[in-house]
Amino acid sequence: MIVAERKPIEEILEMVRDFRKILLVGCKGCVTVCNAGGRKEVGILASIIRLARDKENRPIDVHEHTLERQCDPEYIDQLADMIGEYDAVLSMACSVGPQFISARFPEKKVFPALNTNFMGGALEHGVWAEFCQACGNCKIHLFGGLCPIARCSKSLLSGPCGGSSGGKCEISNDVDCVWHLIVTRMMEQGRLEELTALKPYKNWSTSRDGGPRKIVREDLKL
Amino acid sequence: MKSGSNLEKVLTAGQFAVTGECGPPRSADAAIVREKAAHLKGYVDSVNVTDNQTSVVRLSSLAGSLILQQEGLEANMQMVCRDRNRIAIQSDILGACALGVKNMLCLSGDHQKFGDHPEAKNVYDLDSIQLLRTVKMLRDERKLLSGQEMEEGTEPRLFIGAAVNPFADPFEFRVHRLGMKIAAGVDFVQTQCIYNMAKFKKYMKQAVDMGLTEKVFLLAGVTPMKSLGMAKYMKNFVPGMDVPDEIVARMQGVGKKDQGKEGIRIAVEQIQEIREIPGVAGIHLMAIEWEEKVGEIIEAAGLLPRPVL
Amino acid sequence: MRLQYSTNIKIVQVPCTGRVDIIHLLKGFEDGADGIYVAGCEEGDCHYVSGNLKARKRVNYVKKVLEQLGVEPERVAMYNMSAAQGPRFVEIAKEFTAVIRELGPSPFNRNAVKAA
Repeated sequence: MIVAERKPIEEILEMVRDFRKILLVGCKGCVTVCNAGGRKEVGILASIIRLARDKENRPIDVHEHTLERQCDPEYIDQLADMIGEYDAVLSMACSVGPQFISARFPEKKVFPALNTNFMGGALEHGVWAEFCQACGNCKIHLFGGLCPIARCSKSLLSGPCGGSSGGKCEISNDVDCVWHLIVTRMMEQGRLEELTALKPYKNWSTSRDGGPRKIVREDLKL
Repeated sequence: MKSGSNLEKVLTAGQFAVTGECGPPRSADAAIVREKAAHLKGYVDSVNVTDNQTSVVRLSSLAGSLILQQEGLEANMQMVCRDRNRIAIQSDILGACALGVKNMLCLSGDHQKFGDHPEAKNVYDLDSIQLLRTVKMLRDERKLLSGQEMEEGTEPRLFIGAAVNPFADPFEFRVHRLGMKIAAGVDFVQTQCIYNMAKFKKYMKQAVDMGLTEKVFLLAGVTPMKSLGMAKYMKNFVPGMDVPDEIVARMQGVGKKDQGKEGIRIAVEQIQEIREIPGVAGIHLMAIEWEEKVGEIIEAAGLLPRPVL
Repeated sequence: MRLQYSTNIKIVQVPCTGRVDIIHLLKGFEDGADGIYVAGCEEGDCHYVSGNLKARKRVNYVKKVLEQLGVEPERVAMYNMSAAQGPRFVEIAKEFTAVIRELGPSPFNRNAVKAA
């Protein structure tokens, strides 16, 4: 899923500094799963914003609402009836959310309350890591089921580099060297020949490098 | 001959080669490069010019290589994958050769987190092995990666080098990685500087057993320790470095003003030990910020005079 | 035991402090509390195994929030005691009240019910 994290409080307070009535919109999608912008987190952030403004003696009215998702226009439409009353909208979805809200209600000031970090999964409750970089051309099966594009700091296709030490990446002891994992796994699987075969050059044009991407499914269009 | 460089001639003639290293300055001051060149002249067969090593911005390797060559030395230009995409890479290769560079090392490059510009964008369009293949394709097939052909005689002719690190993990795979670089077309490799002689010998035995040392010229890396502080720093903070406790102990065992001398003594002993190891074609002496000692070390190790071919 | 403790404490009973979540603590401050403490069982003795440990983590989260808002993190606290320790309960009530008295009234000027 998309993994995001709430922005620091000071940054959010600065965004809503000049407003007296704001709409705080959460999302029941990915950000609920990674505990960043679901209904619960909306409640917590609303409370924090109110407390902060009370302390400054400049109270603020924060209305809380959580949508099914913020990446489908039909759900964004549901805000139409309530949005008129508010000076600004603070979205707790991934960055797609505030962009969709902004597109649908261009006259409204819309702010992102989260930083969208990466596509990943949970390692344990409360811990998420990056697993995918959306390169648009998935070949993890060639690497023992691991992704070197997302998980190698240098996106090497023929790693590990000389900085791999103790199974960790040279950039930090908190980062596993995915090539250490790939080599170990493939050698255990008896796939040394595959491992040492020369890899084709990566075609980055299917990745973000090729420009903003779009998928059109003619079979689904109404 | 692949490029006809001095280094290529020395190695092909079966002589024990010596390469040095020059780190360019963090400014536009060419004089510093000339100074370092002066310390190395006559003691080495060619000199590596680093490419923004440890991601710290320095005068470019291409420019540094040209200055060295103006001073009468031969350069081993270095190119890392961190900062350039395949377009800039091929472009710089063509430019370097047009200006007389004959040797080039293809490296991954330390991640920008280590340097003074950690906020920079990370390129890594190709990895070091793909970079090797690229140089080989340009040279031997006279083609750019896109398939664009170059007329005979106009292609870049480089003697291709790479780095290997017998001390990184996983150890069992390191010699296979050397094999991959050979398959990709490398002509010579230089190892990360050696302190753990036992581990290096183990690696070399594997390389010899696999027949790899017959397909590539391997130069063993040696870096003299300037001080105890340097020994400790390299042991604890440099990625991929293996410094055994005995080395640190030797540096610790002498008085502060004798540490440099001890470091040089250790380096000379290492070179002598390395010359006895089967499969080693030369040494790569990295006297970083201590270039003035290179002559002393090479002479003490019995490697003078350097061959003139 | 019929031990006396100060009248300024409003007690919210929960089956286990594991039931207490971040939003409850924040709402407490929004509703005008000058200080909030969570009284749970001794660590290792939680009837529901680890509810009191979760409560402590949530108290710590709110402490950080208070700090970020420029408010004393001591206004929220976690205490552990056995349900049988009547005197300890009173002791803590007095101790926490003293801490909050020292810190003064809540800097959050909510127009909510203040202690009479």
